[in-house]
Amino acid sequence: MSEPFAAGADPWLPQPVRVLRRTQETADTFTLWLDVANGGFSFAPGQFNMLYLFGVGEVPISISGDPNQTHALVHTIRAVGSVTTPMQRLKRGDTVGVRGPYGAGWPVDQAFGKDVIVIAGGLGIAPLRPVVYELVRQRGRFRNVTLLYGARSPADLVYRKEVARWEKKLDGRVHVTVDHAEADWVGPVGVVPALLDKVSIDTAATVAMICGPEVMMRFTARALANRGLPGDRMFVSMERNMKCALRFCGHCQYRESFLCRDGPVLRFDRISSLLDRREL
Amino acid sequence: MTDAPMTKSTRLGERALLSRDRFARLLQVLRQDGFQLVGPTVRDGAIVHESISGIEDLPEGWTESQDAGTYRLRRRDDRALFGYSVGPQSWKPFFFVPTLQLWRARRRDGSFVVLEKTRSAPLLALIGARSCDLHAIAIQDKVFLEGPSVDQEYLARRSGTFVVAVHCGQAGGTCFCTSLGTGPRATLGFDLALTELLDDKGHRFVVGIGSESGAQVLERVGYEEAPRADLEAAEAIVARTAAQMGRTMNTDGIKELLYRNAEHPRWDDVASRCLACTNCTLACPTCFCSSVDDVTDLAGEQAERVQRWDSCFTMDHSYLHGGSVHASIKSRYRQWLTHKLASWIDQFGTSGCVGCGRCITWCPVAIDITQEVAAIRASDPG
Amino acid sequence: MENLERLLHEHEFLKGFSEAHVALIVACAKNLRFEAGEFLMREGGDANTFFLLRVGRVALEVHVPGRGTLQMESVGPGDVLGLSWLVPPYRVNLDARAVEPVVALAFDGACLRGKISKDHDLGYELVLRLYEKTVQRLDHVRLQRLDVYQAP
Repeated sequence: MSEPFAAGADPWLPQPVRVLRRTQETADTFTLWLDVANGGFSFAPGQFNMLYLFGVGEVPISISGDPNQTHALVHTIRAVGSVTTPMQRLKRGDTVGVRGPYGAGWPVDQAFGKDVIVIAGGLGIAPLRPVVYELVRQRGRFRNVTLLYGARSPADLVYRKEVARWEKKLDGRVHVTVDHAEADWVGPVGVVPALLDKVSIDTAATVAMICGPEVMMRFTARALANRGLPGDRMFVSMERNMKCALRFCGHCQYRESFLCRDGPVLRFDRISSLLDRREL
Repeated sequence: MTDAPMTKSTRLGERALLSRDRFARLLQVLRQDGFQLVGPTVRDGAIVHESISGIEDLPEGWTESQDAGTYRLRRRDDRALFGYSVGPQSWKPFFFVPTLQLWRARRRDGSFVVLEKTRSAPLLALIGARSCDLHAIAIQDKVFLEGPSVDQEYLARRSGTFVVAVHCGQAGGTCFCTSLGTGPRATLGFDLALTELLDDKGHRFVVGIGSESGAQVLERVGYEEAPRADLEAAEAIVARTAAQMGRTMNTDGIKELLYRNAEHPRWDDVASRCLACTNCTLACPTCFCSSVDDVTDLAGEQAERVQRWDSCFTMDHSYLHGGSVHASIKSRYRQWLTHKLASWIDQFGTSGCVGCGRCITWCPVAIDITQEVAAIRASDPG
Repeated sequence: MENLERLLHEHEFLKGFSEAHVALIVACAKNLRFEAGEFLMREGGDANTFFLLRVGRVALEVHVPGRGTLQMESVGPGDVLGLSWLVPPYRVNLDARAVEPVVALAFDGACLRGKISKDHDLGYELVLRLYEKTVQRLDHVRLQRLDVYQAP
């Protein structure tokens, strides 16, 4: 893990960084490229930054760029709250504050020599994209690599060009489904677990990485467990309220795990009994 | 506490005797050394920790009666200076301050500049610190100083702190430090530790030395050698205190007990009483949750971030995607108690509770965590 | 073994079906092809066919006035299509359209119902598998209904 990127010795200080580029992904989702060419920025897939909008506030956003490329920091953000909504107005040349990277990322090295299934629900594809870049870049170190991606509707799909490119690089093992669609959609319609039913899995040598809304991850992990995939080879990315990312504020606790430090990626068998508990 | 070379005459752990006058002098020597004294004083019907000037500010002749949801100051029939147990607040607010500006930022050239805070932390001398509260300080040290990041403000305020501890001469109505192994005898975190003796031989203190800094200060204050009878009397007092605890808590396997009883009906029971008023988290010496507010001036040119105490009993604490994960009081109470007594052990290697009893005393509806744990244990399916 | 019987045996829905039971129902079956855009079933029509899909994706859709045609679910190779043929009023509840070229084993509903009423063991095997598929579909549809990707 790289040194935390913050201005000064005080880990609370955000580093001002300029927006290089901004693109609109869907109606409420956009991607920012941040200029970190001076000094670079390295991170592990699955990590996140705290992004600060001047005078408004700070939010944890997963890093969704290529870990092999360190001069621009990429974040895909959905406008859902009091900070991410005004962030939509950021354009090239504007400044955001950055602190990070934080958190434990996806265990790519535990998948060497094995099949990998990457399962993304909704914007869960954002923290998984760095993993897919790695899996494609180091293709030879893995056996079969499969990507399953579910979204609400075709209009909500992000990274469409890249997903199409990955399909070629991963021998066609990319399947995209939507919850509902209009008549012109020719792909599958239905939930991610339904897509999963169609994928053959060698339970003895597969690692699964799942990210999406908690309900979706729970159903998906359960479906995988029912198929016989052991819980110590399934990984999910959990989310809770986060204020500091420094293990000080206590908000991000998931029973004994501090998600900013022990997570957000957690091994499924360590939390499988917790996922079924209400209001944990 | 520092690691200076040993003085000749006061080796660590040796017991000396201070007269009441010499104890008064000890406080002035610390002030002369540049320490700001913080200690107990009577205010607003309670014994609170504040800046004090000397022995005259201490709660001489005062004690309290405490029970679940009850705290009353009472007059003693003697002039003991430390004849009480614990007041509503520990030492926490001096190190982990309730509100703190973390940084300021200012717009500049289409960007902004973050201005790091210049810190000026006072040098503190804690007077009359109890063992439970010293364990609590050690527990908070783990949170703020020994984790992935170091809290700079906490570090600045903790550095150089001088601690005059007191071994408790009486247990409070809600005390249960013996159940957690955190008292009543102070064993860590002090420079000097006193046992107050007040009888026909006079008002005096047996002094234990906990560090070289403590030894050096004692050298300058002056002391006598403690007579054997006084040493024995001091031991007896502390032993008596240990036997007088107002509460007990069986902590055997408590982590597993609470982990496996997340759906125990007792949580519904306590939830029907709990108001989520956050008193317990405010009074608790180890609770460390905080939140931040980002604010600007009216023109939007200057921004600052302010950290403040927070509580897991609020709805906001677990806000996520438009709602609270811990929407019910039941889930918040369960979160707090499970964290305090169970998850804390996995996170930091010790219990988060020091048995000070404040959460019991200061709960407006008299919820007693020792009773809650006992109830769960009594009908634990195992 | 006839070619059609072999196709039945190979279909994952009939995994574990005895040869005797396959032989009983093969008479009700045909191997059909559909072009992309063709409908296998229409809403409101008689439910008289039970499909075992072999190739290609089928969209289950509904036309809503003012909103247009909405795809609610899709099924594909290995899946079943058609649940209403088994129970009255034998009415189809949604449109099933081939999204791409589809090949399916199509069973005449009346024929199948006749075989089942005479041979309850056959009925048990068939209906148990249908039940399993239905439970799975219900689980999926419930999750789908939660609309988990919507904005908070």
